[in-house]
Amino acid sequence: MSTITFTLNNSQVTVDAPPMTRLLDLLREHLHLTGTKEGCGEGECGSCSVLLNGELVNSCLVPTLQVQGATVTTIEGLGEHTHLHPIQQCFLEEGGAQCGICTPGMILATHHLLEKHPAPTLDEIREGLSGNLCRCTGYMRIFEAVQQTAKLAEAGK
Amino acid sequence: MIDFELTRVGTPDAAVQIAAATPTAQQGATVRFIAGGTNLIDYMKLDVETPQHLVDINRIPDLAKVEKQPDGSLKIGALVRNSDLAQAPEVLAEYPVLSQALLSGASAQLRNKATTSGNLLQRTRCPYFRDLAYAECNKRTPGSGCAAIGGYHRNHAILGVSDQCIATHASDMDVALMVLDAVIHVQGIKGNRTIPIGEFYKLPGTTPHIENALEPGDLITHVTLPALPETKQIYLKLRDRASYEFALASAAIVMQVQGGRLRHVRVAMGGVGTRPWRMPEAEHALEGQAPGEGVFRAAADAALKTARPHTDNAFKIPLAKLCMIRALTTVTNA
Repeated sequence: MSTITFTLNNSQVTVDAPPMTRLLDLLREHLHLTGTKEGCGEGECGSCSVLLNGELVNSCLVPTLQVQGATVTTIEGLGEHTHLHPIQQCFLEEGGAQCGICTPGMILATHHLLEKHPAPTLDEIREGLSGNLCRCTGYMRIFEAVQQTAKLAEAGK
Repeated sequence: MIDFELTRVGTPDAAVQIAAATPTAQQGATVRFIAGGTNLIDYMKLDVETPQHLVDINRIPDLAKVEKQPDGSLKIGALVRNSDLAQAPEVLAEYPVLSQALLSGASAQLRNKATTSGNLLQRTRCPYFRDLAYAECNKRTPGSGCAAIGGYHRNHAILGVSDQCIATHASDMDVALMVLDAVIHVQGIKGNRTIPIGEFYKLPGTTPHIENALEPGDLITHVTLPALPETKQIYLKLRDRASYEFALASAAIVMQVQGGRLRHVRVAMGGVGTRPWRMPEAEHALEGQAPGEGVFRAAADAALKTARPHTDNAFKIPLAKLCMIRALTTVTNA
């Protein structure tokens, strides 16, 4: 076992786990944050996306040992039940979520995309979310949710 | 996944010392370096890679830099992430084919983790290589046969194939590095050496389990790209869906048009070869010619002359030719 200390959603956490435990399992099984979902388990679907030191990664391909001293943001760190993050609110209002399995990853990918492109073109949205698969929505409503988030952020400036 | 030991090292020397204990740096290696892990961890979970010892090189200082050298070349550290390399100002300005190739590969999540050296060592996606349920794979188990020949092989290679292996090389980045004449810098147990990328990848022949020139202990420390005159460049990738998919055929081209003639022509293709495929026949057919469809078609015909398809992947010959012609047409008009 290794003792891993890192910053998770703005709080410092210390957890004991085998060093090759996937970050995905560390979050779900050890820390009981089940917002991060497992889809394919091999880096294809993006359901398990989290932000690692601000960069979007697939947590199913991150061994816990690489998380020592790092900063991790999961969907639980973005909004709260009583106060949704604007991206979450827009996904809700635009119908960007159906079954919900891809949604946490989609929202974190959107967060990462809007950090780099605050007013993304449709092509930039398509490319920015291309690592996240959705089998329900057909993507159009997700793209509209991203555009709506960007619009609101621009209006709120 | 098998149990293994893990060591985190702080210097290239320490990494090389530990890795020298592996009997081979190829398939069956007992020691592997881990950087981004996007390819290795996937293959470890499938038990295709079974290292007993992983050496984490992520904390070796100075390997994550992109630096212009006094001689005009660009030095790219082994640990530079694909996402950072694609956006490096020097790459965007002088080697846009590399940026285009990187951004056409994988997803944002994977590019944020994957490294330069890891991408150089990216392994094939041949479904039979990936799946231990198939006993026949000469790359995984030398001498066991090839389930792809006679099996499902629509995505497989048509150039550089042998009777033992037709697995396609999967990388986009490496195809761009072929036309940029990249040089791979390796630190090994006997010191430092350089390997031109044209000599780095091995043809499968009768030894498909040997994929590159690396020996036990060898650590790729960086890659250098020679200075280029001002050129037009393009990376065109054709695939089953428009993003997040491996190439069926891709073309990397670097060239100049001087006084209506093509000069300094470099052509390589991905998705069609058992290694990233440089095409000297096409370069020869294009060099000094006036650009035009007839010239482009002749170059494509020359480059694919030695193609050896099987039943499901014969479509890749016309597809590869059209890919090259379209890339040439686009880049000369740019």
